[in-house]
Order: sequence, then C-alpha cells, then structure tokens
Amino acid sequence: MSTKNIMIVGVGGQGTLLASKMLGYVLLNQGYDVKVSEVHGMSQRGGSVVTYVRYGEKVYSPVIDKGEADVILSFEKLEAARWLEYLKPGGKMIVNTQEMEPMPVITGAKVYPDNLVEKMQAAGADVDARDFLALANEAGSSKAVNIALMGRLSVYFPEISDEKWQEAIVANVPPRFLELNKKAFELGRNA
Amino acid sequence: MKELMLGNKAIARGLYEAGCRVISSYPGTPSTEITEEAAKYDEIYCEWAPNEKVALEAAHGATLGGVRSASAMKHVGLNVAADPLFTISYQGLNAGLVICVADDPGMHSSQNEQDSRHYAEAAKVPMLEPSDSEECILFTKKAFELSEKYNTPVLIKTCTRVAHSQSVVETGERVVPAQVPYVKDPTKVMMTANSRNAHVRVEKRTKDLIALAEDCNFNRVEMGDTSVGIITSSTSYQYAKEIFGEKASILKLGMIYPLPEKLILDFAAKVDKLIVLEELDPFIENHCRRLGLSVVGKDTFPICGEFSQNLIRSCLGMKTVPSVKLEDEIPLRPPVMCAGCPHRGVFYVLKKHNIMVYGDIGCYTLGAIAPLNSMDLNVCMGASCSGLHGFNKAMGKEGEKKSVGVIGDSTFIHSGITGITDISYNMTNSTVIILDNSITGMTGHQQNPTTGKNLRGEPAGKVDLEALCKALGYRRIRVVDPYNMAEVETALLEELEAEEPSIIISRRPCVMIKGTVHKPPIEVNKDKCVGCKACMKIGCPAISVQNGKVQIDATLCIGCKVCSQMCKFKALPQYDGEEA
Repeated sequence: MSTKNIMIVGVGGQGTLLASKMLGYVLLNQGYDVKVSEVHGMSQRGGSVVTYVRYGEKVYSPVIDKGEADVILSFEKLEAARWLEYLKPGGKMIVNTQEMEPMPVITGAKVYPDNLVEKMQAAGADVDARDFLALANEAGSSKAVNIALMGRLSVYFPEISDEKWQEAIVANVPPRFLELNKKAFELGRNA
Repeated sequence: MKELMLGNKAIARGLYEAGCRVISSYPGTPSTEITEEAAKYDEIYCEWAPNEKVALEAAHGATLGGVRSASAMKHVGLNVAADPLFTISYQGLNAGLVICVADDPGMHSSQNEQDSRHYAEAAKVPMLEPSDSEECILFTKKAFELSEKYNTPVLIKTCTRVAHSQSVVETGERVVPAQVPYVKDPTKVMMTANSRNAHVRVEKRTKDLIALAEDCNFNRVEMGDTSVGIITSSTSYQYAKEIFGEKASILKLGMIYPLPEKLILDFAAKVDKLIVLEELDPFIENHCRRLGLSVVGKDTFPICGEFSQNLIRSCLGMKTVPSVKLEDEIPLRPPVMCAGCPHRGVFYVLKKHNIMVYGDIGCYTLGAIAPLNSMDLNVCMGASCSGLHGFNKAMGKEGEKKSVGVIGDSTFIHSGITGITDISYNMTNSTVIILDNSITGMTGHQQNPTTGKNLRGEPAGKVDLEALCKALGYRRIRVVDPYNMAEVETALLEELEAEEPSIIISRRPCVMIKGTVHKPPIEVNKDKCVGCKACMKIGCPAISVQNGKVQIDATLCIGCKVCSQMCKFKALPQYDGEEA
C-alpha cells in the first residue's frame, strides 16, 4: 500500500500530542511502518500546533505536505481552516466545532471568520464537524476532547478492531482517567 | 520488541545501551528530551548543569574519571560549549564522550538557524548524523566505540525532524564497560609543547577518520537508476527516498565529518547528474566542489528554512500535488503567555512607561508579541544584562533612566551573572529585572540551580539570588510580587531613578508548575462592565469580549487578578494585594 497521511492539528495545550501518540500506537500494533512528527517548545504555549502521522509498508519522510493529507483531525475550527491546504482534494476533515480566539482576534486586530465549516465543504473537503467538547464534557471532563476526537477518527479505520483502539487507550492514558476516556472515545465513535 | 520511539528518546536509549554513566546537559529545544529520557534509567547519573559549557566540561571530567559520558544541547548551546570542545578535541579522554547537538532548521523554537556541522570541521571532531530513531540508537552506541578508538569526543547531530519524530526501533541490552583507572599523565596539561603535540595528533586522527569514512557502516550507497545520483544525509535522505524511491541512486552519509573523498568520487562517476540534498548550509556541497565535482546544490535548493518533499519537488521543477485554500484571511495564532503567567504584569508596566527593554531567551520573549509589544531587543542567553550595560555606556543617563534588562531565573544563572558583574564592576546605573518563576519554563519545566531541586526533583543545593547579587556588588536589590502591578511600578520607577545599579527580582512560580496553588476563576460583573477593553491590554488568553461585555474563560483563569487592576469600573473583583 502507498503511505497514508493523517494530520492532527489544534491549539497548544489541547492534548494533540497524546492523540498522536495513541494513533501511532494503534497503527504500529496493526503492523504498519509508522512515523509521527511533532513540534515541541514555543508553539506549545497556546500557539497553532500540528502533528504528522504517516503509515504504510515503508514510510520515509516524517512530514506531510500541502495537498497530501488523507485525513485532518482538527481540535478547533479555525485551525481546520488554517491547515485545509494540506488536505488532499476530497480528503476527510474531522472538526471539533469549538472556537478558540487567537490573540489577534482577542485584541480586535483581526476577525474570526464565520461559516468556516460551510466554506470548507464548498472548497471540496469532506467535512465531519461536531461539538466534541460537549461530548467530552458529557464523558466527565473537557480535557477528554482529544479522546472523543480519536473515537470519531476510529470510524474511518474499518480495518482496525475496536479491541485495538481500547488497548491503545489503556496504554496511553493514566489509569485513574481510564473510564472517563473510554466513555469519551465511545461518544466520539458513535457521534 | 518493535516500538515507536521519539528520536531524542532513541538517543537516550543508545546512551543507556552503550553503558553511559554520566550525562550533564542544559535544556534547549529540540534537544531537551535526550537528558530527560536518559534520567528515567536509574543506572545513568543525569544532571542539568548551569549552562552548556559547564555541562560539557562536567561530562568530559567524568570521562577522565573513566566512565562513558555524554552532554546534550541545542545548536546555540554548542556556541556556549565551543570553548571546551576545541581543547577537549586536543586533550583526549579516558573513556568515550558523546556530545549530542540538535539543530532547528525552520527555527520552530530558536533565535537563529545556524548549522552545527561547521563546528565538527572547526574543532576537528567526528560528527555522526542519524536520519531516524533507529539510527539514533545505533549511531549513539557506535559513537562511543569511535570515541574510544580514536581518542576523541564524537558529535551526534540531529535536527528538529529527527529529534521530534517518532519512528520504529528495536531496543537492545545495556552493556557497561569497566571503569578505566585514572593515571596521571603530564601530557594532558594543555600548554605549549603538549598542545603542539596534541595538534599533530589531531591532524593525524582526522586523516585516519577520513580513511574510516571511505569504508564504514555509517555511509552507504543505494544504487538505483543512474541518471540521477543524490548525496544526502539526515532527514533530507528521507525526502530523497520519498520522492525518488528507486528512480535515483543515493549516497547516504551518516558520518558528516570528516567526509569521504574516494567514496564520493566513485559514486559521482557512476551517475549522470549529481545532486547534493542538505538542509541549511552547503556543507557537503562545498566538499564535493573541493573534490572538483559539478553538483546541483544551493543554486537550486534554499539555504533558509526546512525542506519538505514538495519544496524539493518544486525546486527540481517536478510536479507537486494540488491543494485548496479558503479565501478568508485566517488570523495567525502565535504562542502567548499562559493565563496567570507572572511575567504579564511586569511587561505591561514596562510598556506603560515606554521603557526600552533588552530581553532574553525564554517564555518571556513572548513579551514582544501584541498587545504587550514590550520587548525591544534580544540576542542570546544573558545578553539582556551585558547588552544593556553597553547600551547605557553609549546612552548615558538618557539610557539608564529609561531602560531595563529582563532575564529569567535559569537564563540568569546560565549567562546573566557575568553580565550583571560587568554592570557593577564597570559602573552603569543599569536596572536588571530577574523574572524568577522558579523553573526553566519554555523548554518544559526543568529544575535549575535556583529551584532547590535537581533534575529528578530531589532536594539539591539552591542559589540565593539576593545574596549572589549582593556579593557581586549590588546594594539595591528588591523583590516584588509581579501580580501586584502597583508594587512593580513603584520599584521600577525608583530603581530607574537610582544613581547606582539595581536588581529587581520579580518572584512568583510559573502557574504551570505542578502543585502551584490556583485561585478560583474570577467572574465579571456584567452590570458594571462597560466594554472598554482596558483589561484586554494585558493580553490574557482567558479574556475576550462577547456582545460588548468582557467574559472570562473559567477553564483558563487562575484568579491572578492582574486584569482587575486594569478595570476602573469595578467590573472585575478587586485586587487587594493578597497572595494568589
């Protein structure tokens, strides 16, 4: 198989690194070669963050380029729009509809664009937009938004069994938050 | 067992498997996790040193004591450690020494984009360059063998995309060589005749290493189609394979200094067209040109920034994939100081009084971003103190009354102490603000000599900043709470007026440190809020305006009440000087 590309994008502090770790774990467990590339440091302080996950028979480049992503999993709406260029024409864009205003919007220098989901659809993206923050809260904590999104992502991997996803949750979240995260995953998966 | 492993963690694993026993480092993105991950092995003593020079000297000292040792740093850290590097290269070792240096092409978290490979050539020290996590383990282990066989420190050089990418590895067992006894050797004193002899030895060593480079496991030829031959290394090798697969022949260099000659010439002879693919400077390319080869290199690919598969394709005139973009302008999302960050109030006060701020390296560099826009300059670790001194020597009173240096606790210990000594010794009436948040913040919360804890969080020695500054000749040293903006303002204005040098210590722990007590989020009195947005001038990410009234994001707010001090309408709960 050719290499598949998944991007996880969001705002520093939203838990994108844990999501990519969990995804890498599942894909490796499924027998794929995997590369996960992330950026630490300055951008973690509330900046725009991106993680590249690539898998297949043999993966070389650790990064995904414009027009190459099969799926983008976005933790925030504006970030989905920012990284849209990286999506393959007709690729899948999973979006948490939560809005987090960046500093230029807070200060009034810029506006947060409206109707982004519709505009992305009009641009040809296959958009799956839901309020994953509400699902995370329903599961018991807003912090579980990353696992709720992973639950939704799992829908697009018919070849990977639910058992393997569950295994990945156990391996990557602290035991005391396990039940909460399992619930968030389930809510995302069935959303 | 196969597992996905971060490049930095893989280097730590390589250090572990090679029997490394002492690691001394200073944190710096993208190198920090090497030492943090190594510290998870009880068998390795790991420490955060005050700076990279100290770290390398300590690691070298440990090799003289007879155990395999290492030091890890970011590219600019190697500038600080360059002084010992050049002479350790001469003096030699008593056990293997590996120096890990991580470059940051694209400057994800750095102030410059320097290419560390030049240090290998300048210090005449071999350098290995892994291209994925598996090679990180392998090369690190091999580096110790090289180090001991050739009696030289060995540099392991990575870049962000190797350091911070996870790829599949298989791990091995730890093998610990016996400690080598220390024996006094008069030729180890680096002066006159000894140094002259050592230099001769180093030149001979480089020749021996070139012979090794011609035929070693680090450098390999992957023959494919011979119409194009690509000489490459590191992450550029991965891009080359991604784009060309078998449609080109590749000479992959894992040993980047010294470079082979015959191996390159033989490879060049087998291909029609030669491309050198490398990020940043034309290091391999210049070597090829010195060998008389004609290559496609920096005439085609950029020196600035990171590579990617599309960038290389478009440089070579190859087809790239189409992509779509929205017409709307997507506002940037720059990093910001966290809600409740103790630095925020200080920068607001500095802005309010239009002070020239010579900043430094750390989270507080974010004080330069809107709406605070309160940093004029920064250069490198510690320059806020020494640079301010020079500025004031040029500007006189006009500078002294309107300028400050701003430096964090860890950066101050790293390189600020000598700078404030320049101020007190050579006498400018400069004012330096030490932002003491009890942690090394930007790199992800490492302990430092001012925190009273060591790398593992155990009790350790603690530098007393006030006593230190006093010992360095300061009489005016005051401590302020940065949540109390009136207190900060009074201290600032009085110290700028003072006819002698001053230190203001702004002391409050980083809100992100585990265990820092947060107050409940504040609530806005919507009846009193007039929507004037005065509270938004401090640039707190927890504050926004909805329907003409301020609202506070309760998931972010920690109740510091710095914003309350901006509100004239009592719409925010009053700050009464209490401890948050």
